[in-house]
Amino acid sequence: MDKEYVGFAALPNQLHRKSVKKGFDFTLMVAGESGLGKSTLINSLFLTNLYENRQIPEASARLTQTLTIERRGVEIEEGGIKVKLTVVDTPGFGDSVDCSDCWLPVVRFIEEQFEQYLRDESGLNRKNIQDSRVHCCLYFISPFGRGLRPLDVAFLRAVHEKVNIIPVIGKADALMPKETQALKQKIREQLKEEEINIYQFPDSDEDEDLKRQDAEMKESIPFAVVGSCEVVRDGGPRPVRGRHYSCGTVEVENPHHCDFLNLRRMLVQTHLQDLKEVTYDLVYEGYRARCLQSLARPGARDRASRSKLSRQSATEIPLPMLPLADTEKLIREKDEELRRMQEMLEKMQAQTQLSQAQGEQSDAL
Amino acid sequence: MDPLRQSPSPSSSRASSPRTLSCERLGYVGIEAVLDQLKIKAMKMGFEFNIMVVGQSGLGKSTMVNTLFKSKMWRSTMPGLRVPMPQTLQLHSMTHVIEENGVKLKLTVTDTPGFGDQINNDKCWDPILGYINEQYERYLQEEILITRQRHIPDTRVHCCIYFVPPTGHCLRPLDLEFLQRLCRAVNVVPVIARADSLTIEEREAFRHRIQDDLKTHSIEVYPQKCFDEDVSDKILNSKIRERIPFAVVGADREHMVNGRCVLGRKTKWGIIEVENMAHCEFPLLRDLLIRSHLQDLKDITHNVHYENYRIFRLKESHALPRGPGWVNLAPASHGLPASPGPAKVCRWAEDTSDKDF
Repeated sequence: MDKEYVGFAALPNQLHRKSVKKGFDFTLMVAGESGLGKSTLINSLFLTNLYENRQIPEASARLTQTLTIERRGVEIEEGGIKVKLTVVDTPGFGDSVDCSDCWLPVVRFIEEQFEQYLRDESGLNRKNIQDSRVHCCLYFISPFGRGLRPLDVAFLRAVHEKVNIIPVIGKADALMPKETQALKQKIREQLKEEEINIYQFPDSDEDEDLKRQDAEMKESIPFAVVGSCEVVRDGGPRPVRGRHYSCGTVEVENPHHCDFLNLRRMLVQTHLQDLKEVTYDLVYEGYRARCLQSLARPGARDRASRSKLSRQSATEIPLPMLPLADTEKLIREKDEELRRMQEMLEKMQAQTQLSQAQGEQSDAL
Repeated sequence: MDPLRQSPSPSSSRASSPRTLSCERLGYVGIEAVLDQLKIKAMKMGFEFNIMVVGQSGLGKSTMVNTLFKSKMWRSTMPGLRVPMPQTLQLHSMTHVIEENGVKLKLTVTDTPGFGDQINNDKCWDPILGYINEQYERYLQEEILITRQRHIPDTRVHCCIYFVPPTGHCLRPLDLEFLQRLCRAVNVVPVIARADSLTIEEREAFRHRIQDDLKTHSIEVYPQKCFDEDVSDKILNSKIRERIPFAVVGADREHMVNGRCVLGRKTKWGIIEVENMAHCEFPLLRDLLIRSHLQDLKDITHNVHYENYRIFRLKESHALPRGPGWVNLAPASHGLPASPGPAKVCRWAEDTSDKDF
């Protein structure tokens, strides 16, 4: 064995193996007015049917609908890697006649996830922490407007410091190429004017190809996307996913037609981990620091809430009370443990079967 | 555009008129020449038509007006232009005189920028209703003068085109609120705007859902069922009612397709031709508004909506006109309700022939 060869060059492989075993999880929020193609895009991005049996409420139901937050989870596996994807939807956003403060439930939801994680992290049993923090928010802008509308600006300003925002122009096949460029330009200017911080791509200075791709991607923000789960035959060599109109067919995966490929590459292939890291390092840490600072200063908290603080956690700093019941949390933790044990059992069974088969083979030989 | 289609003469619909007997003609009298006289008169005076376009910004209202009347009435704004978003709803009208084959049309288009664009859109329909009632009031004031003008300038809104955004789902609460209030005051024609973002199946599904919504909320859009005069009208209008709301696309640029010059939108996957029925239903809208029902729109505005308003105002002033006396109307209160009342009056006004031309 070479004395100078220590062997930690294989560390990335170990990390890789461990991550594959653990699996990834990703929480994506989609927000925007109804009718901009959000559900179709999610289905197209991840090739799932999360929104299969969707009931579109009729107009009279819409009159009394308030904003709700819905969570849908799905496990996607590709090439041996498992991703547990959670999509947070906001039906009812921007639908009513008076949309003032309609973004408050969304902001509260995001902060609740942080609160939950803060409690878990500071608690005793940290083995099976459920991470439900929102890693990324895809905000859908209407292609029919002249840029960002007052509601868009209000929502973005309320959430831009709390989650990574990726602005997206939905139903982009309604626009001609020149209109798309003009609209993107207008939105970029408006974002700068209103000082809204959207997710910034890190500069990758690895190689020229990646640099070029990244630059291209940065230029095409906000992404103009078209979603479709239907396969159409446009007379080309192979069937493609797209939308069939009487004047032609829009291909979803054609970079000349829309930015779907860019968005998918960015979200899934290149920047998924970065989105999570930015959420942890910048956004969550900022929240945690603020929270703990305000707790450490006694004058900052009012007396009523301090008396209700729980003493279950062993840390000295009392944590903010959550509306979530403790029993629910315990149930979730137990479920997670059960799932892991089941997986281990299955693996062991598979192994014993394999060794049995091998044993038989060697017997036969 | 049929200048000869006018409301039937008062005598045929009044129950109290003496029974007209049909008699045998003994020779050629020449009554048919009346039609020619009407035609010549109409050509000399020209026609007036006032429409209003309502909808959120970016739905292609200005482009649609340009496409309908095949002239650059409005400079359609691209999203890049620095057009400041109006903070409140404003209305502005533009009048143009367009001429075709010797027939002059004085067209007034009223635009409503800022509709539905704010965060809180409550009561955003009030300025629009106020404008419509103001035009009725203006006409009423002219009508009750002792010495009236021979031809009262008609600024009343004959048709309101409402642009529904192509969400593909159903009518939004804002659409419902607006349509409920306005259908009682003016003829409303809803259209699905920017329909090139919907496929044919999505279009049909959307249309059916909208029709169901309209029925559930008892919203009567133009052509209203209760104003069908006879069987042929009913048949014609039923066909139109099946296709309402029309899925339209507007364009004011021309492109070459198969050697022809057509108005359309050019995208990377094809050219959407505005006047091609396979691509969108713009020809249906144009035919309805201009070629077949223009006069009907004006008639219903004059005979029904304006009459409703007039009755309401007169009741408000507790006075009914007695003969040629001066009727001092109470000043119009600005708390006018959205509709003067559910009464749908199908009365034929007097002297329509003078007023229409």
